[in-house]
Amino acid sequence: MDILNAIVALLNFVVIPGAAYGAQLALGALGVTLVYGILRFSNFAHGDTMAFGTAATILVTWGLTALGITFGPLPTALLALPFGIAATIALLLGTDRLVYRFYRRVKAAPVIFVMVSMGIMFVMNGLNRFIIGVGDINFVDGERFLITARGFREATGLAEPLALRMTQVITLVTAAIAVALLFWFLNRTRTGKSMRAFSDNEDLALLSGINPDHVVRVTWMIVAALATTAGVLYGLDKSFKAFTYFQLLLPIFASAVVGGLGNPLGAIAGGFVIAFSEVTVTYAWKKVATYVLPESLAPEGLMQLMGTDYKFAVSFAILVVVLLIKPTGIFKGKSV
Amino acid sequence: MKKLLLASTAVFALGTAAQAGEVIPMGISIGYTGPLESMAPGITAAAEMAFKEASDSGLLLDGSTITTYKADSTCIDAAAATAAMERIVTSDKVRGIVGGMCSGETTATLQNVAMPNGVVMISPSATSPALSSLEANDLFYRTSPSDARQGVVMAEVLQERGFKTVAVTYTNNDYGKGLADAFQAAFEAIGGKVTINAPHEDGKADYTAEVGALASAGGEVLVLAGYVDQGGSGIIRGSLDSGAFETFLFPDGMVGTPLETNFGTQIDGSFGTNPASEGEGRDKFMELAKAAGFDGNSAFAAEGYDAAALMLLAMAKAKSSDPAVYKKEILGVANGEGEKIYPGELAKALEILNGGGTVNYEGATSVTFVNGRESAGNYRETEMKDGKLTVVKYR
Repeated sequence: MDILNAIVALLNFVVIPGAAYGAQLALGALGVTLVYGILRFSNFAHGDTMAFGTAATILVTWGLTALGITFGPLPTALLALPFGIAATIALLLGTDRLVYRFYRRVKAAPVIFVMVSMGIMFVMNGLNRFIIGVGDINFVDGERFLITARGFREATGLAEPLALRMTQVITLVTAAIAVALLFWFLNRTRTGKSMRAFSDNEDLALLSGINPDHVVRVTWMIVAALATTAGVLYGLDKSFKAFTYFQLLLPIFASAVVGGLGNPLGAIAGGFVIAFSEVTVTYAWKKVATYVLPESLAPEGLMQLMGTDYKFAVSFAILVVVLLIKPTGIFKGKSV
Repeated sequence: MKKLLLASTAVFALGTAAQAGEVIPMGISIGYTGPLESMAPGITAAAEMAFKEASDSGLLLDGSTITTYKADSTCIDAAAATAAMERIVTSDKVRGIVGGMCSGETTATLQNVAMPNGVVMISPSATSPALSSLEANDLFYRTSPSDARQGVVMAEVLQERGFKTVAVTYTNNDYGKGLADAFQAAFEAIGGKVTINAPHEDGKADYTAEVGALASAGGEVLVLAGYVDQGGSGIIRGSLDSGAFETFLFPDGMVGTPLETNFGTQIDGSFGTNPASEGEGRDKFMELAKAAGFDGNSAFAAEGYDAAALMLLAMAKAKSSDPAVYKKEILGVANGEGEKIYPGELAKALEILNGGGTVNYEGATSVTFVNGRESAGNYRETEMKDGKLTVVKYR
């Protein structure tokens, strides 16, 4: 019974939230890694791209609910997601046309691209605040829980509660679908293959007749779709605020680097590694330990390695350690 | 002859001066900009109302009148607050200041400006326990209670309701930490147990990790010393969602209508404390405020009125507007024997004091100073019943 309680406590506070957060990071990191692999620079504007996509989705969601259209037990935002993605695609293609294309033409060094993306980050920062403001926005509707804490306790008679939110399940399912689609596209379609070829060796790809403009366009479209999906899932599960999306940049980059920059599989693994390290390092293990250990060994302290304030420090530390020891990441990516 | 003329002119001049009194410059130093800017208009209106009441009575120091000078203390920027206060003290020569507003900025201006220049400060709203032990040379008082007092009140409420172990989380700033530490000390002193005392940052999207740590430490009640418009509500949401806590204790920063609109019946049985007094003084102040055209319920407005009134009555008792002289009379006016004085009765008080009598200033917030400088503090205990905050009692 005590072991059961320990497992439930662990599920409730570590495994489920960690998995949902990991899936959100993985989707974000996939976008970063695609830009790095194919366009060859670190896109600092990615967090704000997510925020823009989410803001657009929220506006459409409000419009839909005002018209009386909802999605039954599921959040209306899922219906609005395609519109958000379309808006983000327009934004990214527009920026590419206005800004990045020029630097590609003059064959600018990657570090210049990074600086340019930082400039775009600031512009998007302002744009998002202009469109939707700086406040906290909660746009989830429909059913909130699949399993409620109280219901679980009453049904099982365990001391520990277990809650499973609808948004957590949606996050995992949507992320799985998005990743499956992406891999099918990269491995099975002609455009996907040409993108991989372009990523592996640009000159060879050009010689074999691949149209670089087409590859760049498709890449931005996929990045827009991934960023918007990641942003909307994060916003549904937590809440939307322009500034927190900007802050997500650090764990997202950490995920992409840990997994191996430019490697999509790595980005997914990296997302979960970062999410679970953040959650487990800052979790107070006292309760779980009390259930598992015999009474004489029950801990006095909280058994917490680090205060929860240091969450971002964990991803930063992992990032630094990986760069020092294994710059190519877990799955062999490009070294930074 | 010439000397005689001069002398008589001088005597004449003195005579008229004595009759018309002087113009006393007074300062108001609060955060007109910054995180508490929404409270500034209420405090200012209340303090100016007290100044006007005394000026209009014609009884303050032989008919002296008051002009006010305002400084923007910004609440968070101690350097800006010091510069602003330096200006009204050295160039406008104010004799007393209603302010500062927030605890950190108040400490800085007291030590850097008020003490070197010998000016009295009475703060309507700084509540950090740290201000109780500062060396202040009788120049600093506050009409707000110290959070050390609120810590004791919270501990008593928990004890009466039979709770023995609690978890504590506080917003990571001077207010939150001061209150959480004061509460922990008070609760442990009466035999309670605090399983964890952890900070949380405001303005984050996700409090799962914070709630996880609090849940692991355990406790019957979660004491939440935060802001209801900020991380406080996020912590409640996270706790309810994960089933970590169902009962909460809300100190003053959390007692607000968002609790009703966001959570309603989900937090029935949770309870809160915040500084508030009831009775004759409060009612009279509300009427005056309404007549003057501002909201008397605005946080710390009543304290602002009392801060201003106390300085004026102390001047009357000392028969001088010199801060070095009247500072000694402030305690006597607030805690003294004699007729009780409520808002709107400053003229009566001035008359008694001019006649050499004594008064006991109650004001809008039932002022009684403890620890030599701060309001003892009256608190309201509220409980969530059927999704509404209802008053249980005053203590």
